[in-house]
Amino acid sequence: MNFDFTAEAPKLMMLLYGVIAFAAVVGLLLLVLDVLPARKDRWIALGLLAPAGLLLTVGLVVPAVRTVVLSFMNAGSDEFVGLDNFLWIFTDKNSGMLPDFGANPVQYGVLLSTLLWVLLVPTVSTAVGLVYAVMVDRSRFESLAKSLVFMPMAISFVGAGIIWKFVYEYRQEGADQIGLLNQLVVAMGGTPQQWLLDGPWNTLFLIVVLVWIQAGFAMVVLSAAIKAIPADIVEAARIDGVTPWQMFWRVTIPSIRPALVVVLVTISIGTLKVFDIVRTMTGGQFGTSVVANEMYTYSFRADEKGKGAALAVLLFLFVIPIVIYQVRLMRRRRLEGAR
Amino acid sequence: MASHRQRRLLAFSGAVVLALTVAACGGKSEPTADGKLDTPECAAYKDYTGIAGETVTIYASIRDAEAVLLENSWKPFADCTGVKIEYEGSGEFEAQLKVRVEGGDAPDLAFIPQPGLLEFFAKGGKLKAAGEKTKAMATQNFSPDWLKYGTVNGTLYGAPLGANVKSFVWYSPALFKEKGWTVPKTWDEMIKLSDTMAAAGVKPWCAGIGSGDATGWPATDWIEDVLLRDQGPDVYDQWVTHAIPFNDPKIVSATDRVGSILKNEKYVNGGIGGVKSIATTTFQDGGLPVVQKKCGMHRQASFYANQWPQGTKVAEDGDAFAFYLPPIDPAKGKPVLGGGEFVAAFSDTPAVQAVQTYLASADWANSRAKLNNWISANKGLDVANVANPIDKVAVGILQDSGAVFRFDGSDLMPAAVGANSFWKGMTNWINGTDTKATLDFIEGTWPK
Repeated sequence: MNFDFTAEAPKLMMLLYGVIAFAAVVGLLLLVLDVLPARKDRWIALGLLAPAGLLLTVGLVVPAVRTVVLSFMNAGSDEFVGLDNFLWIFTDKNSGMLPDFGANPVQYGVLLSTLLWVLLVPTVSTAVGLVYAVMVDRSRFESLAKSLVFMPMAISFVGAGIIWKFVYEYRQEGADQIGLLNQLVVAMGGTPQQWLLDGPWNTLFLIVVLVWIQAGFAMVVLSAAIKAIPADIVEAARIDGVTPWQMFWRVTIPSIRPALVVVLVTISIGTLKVFDIVRTMTGGQFGTSVVANEMYTYSFRADEKGKGAALAVLLFLFVIPIVIYQVRLMRRRRLEGAR
Repeated sequence: MASHRQRRLLAFSGAVVLALTVAACGGKSEPTADGKLDTPECAAYKDYTGIAGETVTIYASIRDAEAVLLENSWKPFADCTGVKIEYEGSGEFEAQLKVRVEGGDAPDLAFIPQPGLLEFFAKGGKLKAAGEKTKAMATQNFSPDWLKYGTVNGTLYGAPLGANVKSFVWYSPALFKEKGWTVPKTWDEMIKLSDTMAAAGVKPWCAGIGSGDATGWPATDWIEDVLLRDQGPDVYDQWVTHAIPFNDPKIVSATDRVGSILKNEKYVNGGIGGVKSIATTTFQDGGLPVVQKKCGMHRQASFYANQWPQGTKVAEDGDAFAFYLPPIDPAKGKPVLGGGEFVAAFSDTPAVQAVQTYLASADWANSRAKLNNWISANKGLDVANVANPIDKVAVGILQDSGAVFRFDGSDLMPAAVGANSFWKGMTNWINGTDTKATLDFIEGTWPK
């Protein structure tokens, strides 16, 4: 495909304006700071923090407050409805959030699906990444092996979704399979399956995609942590005659604990926000939807701003405990470091 | 000190560049053109006087090649009358139009494809009612069915522009000829043909409702088309406006009738798999088994003509063609499900009204149709000007005196239903949920 610069002119102009505006603001700031008299330190600190503070306010604080306000309003955002939107999430059968085991096919519900994602993706990705990192550590093909697993990280979620959609593609029995998985099944004498159709397995097939992406991230971080284990500890353990099993559980794991926690927390937060993969592969159909996908659907397609905002707030509430845990951990470590 | 000077220089140059760009954005001159209405080739436009030199802006969702055809279609009119038509197409038309109108930057005319959006602007007092001449032209050229969707509270705001027809069943003329099958004229004939096909070892129907995040919409079209035939246009209107509940027994009956085809393992899913494969097959792929002769019939709108593989001959004696989805009770007329755009005005200057009137005229419809790939419900549209065989059939259906036109219902319903729960519900329905549970669910999501 060729890129037509003239057709994209408006976008490029916009980009140019952005760059110019950025240069102008920074320039102006430096100029002002330069001519300001006395007590420079404080002014400079304030001046340099101001743009970041302003952008955080405009881009994060204001929208967050507005979303919370909207979650207490009706669909058109012009009437206060109290907790109705939240009650809808947890009590209205038609919201699709709660499981309905009496339905045919069984509805597992958005909340349960999201829980499944948050439980499985961080643990499995980290486990796979860790085992892989330990296995290839100091092996002959280490860098090649690591690049292979890390490569999916470079693929966008939408791209990964499309790739795996092809892997799971279904054609009827007897026809040429174009999906890798069904081709394997057929080659082994089985009948082709519609992998993305039946719950709860379809959610697991989607989870595999995110694990495929995130395992690379876990592997790289953990591999670096493993390499940072002081050689004398490893040597001392060797002299004491540890088995590889003991080495892994008694030396490696305790030494890389902080890195493990960081990886788990990062992937957990990322998983809560998962949206692209579900949207690309199933559009949230067949009971595979997650909170972030429903939030988008209600806000921007169904014209139900209140419900969409309520789902966004819910997602925010889910993330908070993980963030608090992470902050406390960081603080404790800093205190330990100070001692 | 060197670093200080550098910083100042950087700041200064930044400010200069900013000033220059701002300056470059201002200023724009408006050329004026004189009309040449008295010349013979302009005879057709002699009624549109006194608008030379005026500028009319039009905003719509049509872009690229289609937009060029659009601009060419009104060029003779613009050249003769001297009016300047500035067209702008946008991929985010619907959202952007709201932003522009709110921001006081409304275009003079907009081609609005959703009657709901037109109603929204009309009720908000943003639209100007169609002028007398426009109204007369629209009434002369379009059926009341069509005008109804451009009318709010008894006032006509927008005359219809283009049209598309959804009540089509695609088939393979080659396969029909080979097997000696004929195109069915009634619903019963169509079901009989389906049984014949099934007995001959060809699955009679194929379908696909996958469409990314809009998965389910082709099934909603099925329901709408069959409801129009099963219960008639009045029930259809009541259903769309929620005068009767979504889970009314009449809707259950129509849905079950669709189910007798789409959820019938003997009938579907030709060349693709079982009933459930409908849910995972994209709508683009859903009809392809027709040309492979693995599937007898595929109900989809006229635009499906673009989906056939390259080299497919779309014609009555070719590889793929479509017939009109037959009525259940021919005495009740010929229901047509479809869509179209409406030309709404945000300004009422004489020039704007003149262009609005012209776009409702048979002159313009023919001028646009001659450029290919376009049809309209305009009664003055001459079928001879339509080149594409499938478009010819569509024009025939639209101009049929017995035609009862209804706009795609899911586009008329609140988005919470028409663009969300109706799609979800139908997808689950294909996937095994029974009709009653499906319709109860959709009814439960209708905004109160």
